[in-house]
Amino acid sequence: MLSRVAESIYWMSRYIERAENVSRFVDVNLHLILDMPVGIQAQWEPLVATTGDDEVFAERYGETSREAVIRFLAFDTENPNSIVSCLRAGRENARSIRENISSEMWEQLNDAYLLVTNTSEQWAMTEPHEFFREIKLASHLFMGLTDNIMSHSEGWHFSQLGRLIERADKTSRIVDVKYFILLPSIWDVNTPFDDIQWGALLHSASGFEMYRRTYGLIAPDDVVAFLLLDREFPRSVLYCLTKAEESLHAISGTPLETFSNSAEQRLGQLRAEFAYAQVKQVLSSGLHEFLDAFQTKLNSVGDDIHKTFFALRPVNGEFTEEEPLL
Amino acid sequence: MMGFDGYNTDGFYDEMFESDGSPRPAVQMLVERIESFPEGELTRRQIAAEHALLRMGITFNVYADEQGIEKIFPFDLIPRIINAKEWNWIERGLKQRIHALNLFIDDVYHDQKILKDGIVPADVVLSSERYLKPCIGLDPPRGIWCHITGTDLVRDSDGQVYVLEDNLGCPSGVSYVVENRQLMKRTFPQLFGMSQIQPVEDYPSHLLNMLRYLVTDRVSSPEVAVLTPGIYNSAYFEHSFLTQQMGVELVEGRDLVVMDGFVHARTTKGFERIDVLYRRINDDYLDPKVFQPDSMLGVPGLMDVYKAGRIALVNAPGTCVADDKVVCSFVPEIIKYYLGEDIIVPNVPTFMCWEDTDRKYVLEHLDELVVKEANQSGGYGMLIGPHSTQAERQEFASRIKDNPRNYIAQPTLALSRVPVLIDDHFEGRHVDLRPFILYGEDIYVLPGGLTRVALRKGSLVVNSSQGGGSKDTWVLSDSV
Repeated sequence: MLSRVAESIYWMSRYIERAENVSRFVDVNLHLILDMPVGIQAQWEPLVATTGDDEVFAERYGETSREAVIRFLAFDTENPNSIVSCLRAGRENARSIRENISSEMWEQLNDAYLLVTNTSEQWAMTEPHEFFREIKLASHLFMGLTDNIMSHSEGWHFSQLGRLIERADKTSRIVDVKYFILLPSIWDVNTPFDDIQWGALLHSASGFEMYRRTYGLIAPDDVVAFLLLDREFPRSVLYCLTKAEESLHAISGTPLETFSNSAEQRLGQLRAEFAYAQVKQVLSSGLHEFLDAFQTKLNSVGDDIHKTFFALRPVNGEFTEEEPLL
Repeated sequence: MMGFDGYNTDGFYDEMFESDGSPRPAVQMLVERIESFPEGELTRRQIAAEHALLRMGITFNVYADEQGIEKIFPFDLIPRIINAKEWNWIERGLKQRIHALNLFIDDVYHDQKILKDGIVPADVVLSSERYLKPCIGLDPPRGIWCHITGTDLVRDSDGQVYVLEDNLGCPSGVSYVVENRQLMKRTFPQLFGMSQIQPVEDYPSHLLNMLRYLVTDRVSSPEVAVLTPGIYNSAYFEHSFLTQQMGVELVEGRDLVVMDGFVHARTTKGFERIDVLYRRINDDYLDPKVFQPDSMLGVPGLMDVYKAGRIALVNAPGTCVADDKVVCSFVPEIIKYYLGEDIIVPNVPTFMCWEDTDRKYVLEHLDELVVKEANQSGGYGMLIGPHSTQAERQEFASRIKDNPRNYIAQPTLALSRVPVLIDDHFEGRHVDLRPFILYGEDIYVLPGGLTRVALRKGSLVVNSSQGGGSKDTWVLSDSV
């Protein structure tokens, strides 16, 4: 497979996953705010903080308000991580490789893009739930088509890799940001308000119902364990790392537990770190520090994937280096 | 019910109706079917078809900016129909033309017999900006230069069909032929059941066979790739479509590298050799070491590999010399010289401004003629005399006098028309026809081709960049 094609598939999936995560996260928080007791300030900052774009937001919008946050996260074409920007970037990547993906996948992605560009902001502001639901459904449809129509060969594994790395990053950010906002309310433990807040965190990762089946009662430690270390929940960080590692090895043909390039080495180390971690140790040594280090390491994995598969240099030829398509 | 009752041919040759308003024999069934639709049905199907094009992303870029404004290439539901007898004549004419043009191109880059014999003036060919000196003496695989041609045909008011130009560079539009047909089958399934329409869906198979035929050494499974300038090119959809249909790789210049005397693609598993490159970028951009030095689209060193016979390029570099409109006007003589035959489908009569008598005539009749630059296409660099202003004519007059070699003129043809659905009724619009010809083991002509239609009322310009649209083209089988 052409390096450029592999790279575009990887980014296509990452952007679609990112759009879906942003949608879910905004949607859940809109609902959460409806349940907040009167007098509690609506917390819009963390929403922006989760995307990692709080500085850009502060610069461009200043005050946080419902309208500003929705506009910034959904429709702002100058915010590279807004839903519309993600869908556009995902679609541009798909367009550059449409002969490699099925027509159904392309049409679905094109539909999603047309949905956002044809949607008035007004509608999204008044019916946000409907709007974000459409985005999530569009992403699910796209992923479903990818799984069920695309051959599970090299291209599909690159798609998996992009999707899972993006998801691991987003889940870790949600836990990082929310955990510290929720902690001060620790004395509300076992009050309905607390349950709702921690429930919202689980909902942000679509994990509420699966958590209930696994742990029953909502407890902060268990929520963190579930979202970071669960082996079966498909949005937990460990699950994402495990499956990403499988795809990486499927691409290179190297057996698991060995490595033939730095991407495999780093991802393997990171997966092992999570596989053998205990939530109590993670919390006592500092959750934020743990997650911060994780994000740095995950970025290195991304860099290594780029070096190993996308940026092949000829030994004795000539060619011109160009920026990858983002 | 929606009918053709108020439809008027306005004195033009109409592809669907005789001058007395009765349908031509080949379209009888289509007219009956359309007239049987309930009120509003055709409009509904037209809207559904346009929506489908947008959904499938069959679009071209209007501006190459960040937002990438994309438009669909407008499509009209009423097909253009060509009867079997006329098509057989066109097909024979095109095969003859391509056969002779290939011999001509090979000759001008080798012995130049036709120039030495004075059939075509040597300075006309050698002065053409499309005559590429680096190609002198080259032998493309199997001796084929013009593998893919999209010759433009027009019909004048008396019903005569002429060749307007050949388009030997990177003719585009064939993907619309295939997609339009699929759309029409969805829209009019019953009609396809009743009519004997020659299929076009096998074009990608013919194309792939031709491309693979060019690999002459013992490569068991030749690697074929399509070279595109990238997603912002207006024909990107077509590059992607043809690649997908053929199951080959779509590459950009930055994917390719010359190494150890061969062209390789960078893949996730290392470098992979490419044997045939269907390039959709112009000669000028192919190799910055030989042509435009600042080109980012091509591959440095590509021409060396090509000269060594280690890659086939489609079409062969240098082919476009026959696209020069001055050279093109000599095609009747070229056919006679190499094949000893008379031209079957004639050229549009052409005045050559570099000849004193022709130039004098052109300058005196600018308001009647169409003036074109010898090396422009896409409807640019053109003066349509009857639709021009005094100032435009003056400007062209001085340009012609400054550089007569670079201009030709042709009579303004009253291009034939086909009905087009406008809101709730039909109006006639001018059309041309671009059949596609493949030259591989033999010469193949895709039945029909792209009918381009000038959607602006009264307009004679059918190019997509200038408000043109397309129609499906039906070539009926002999039995009808």
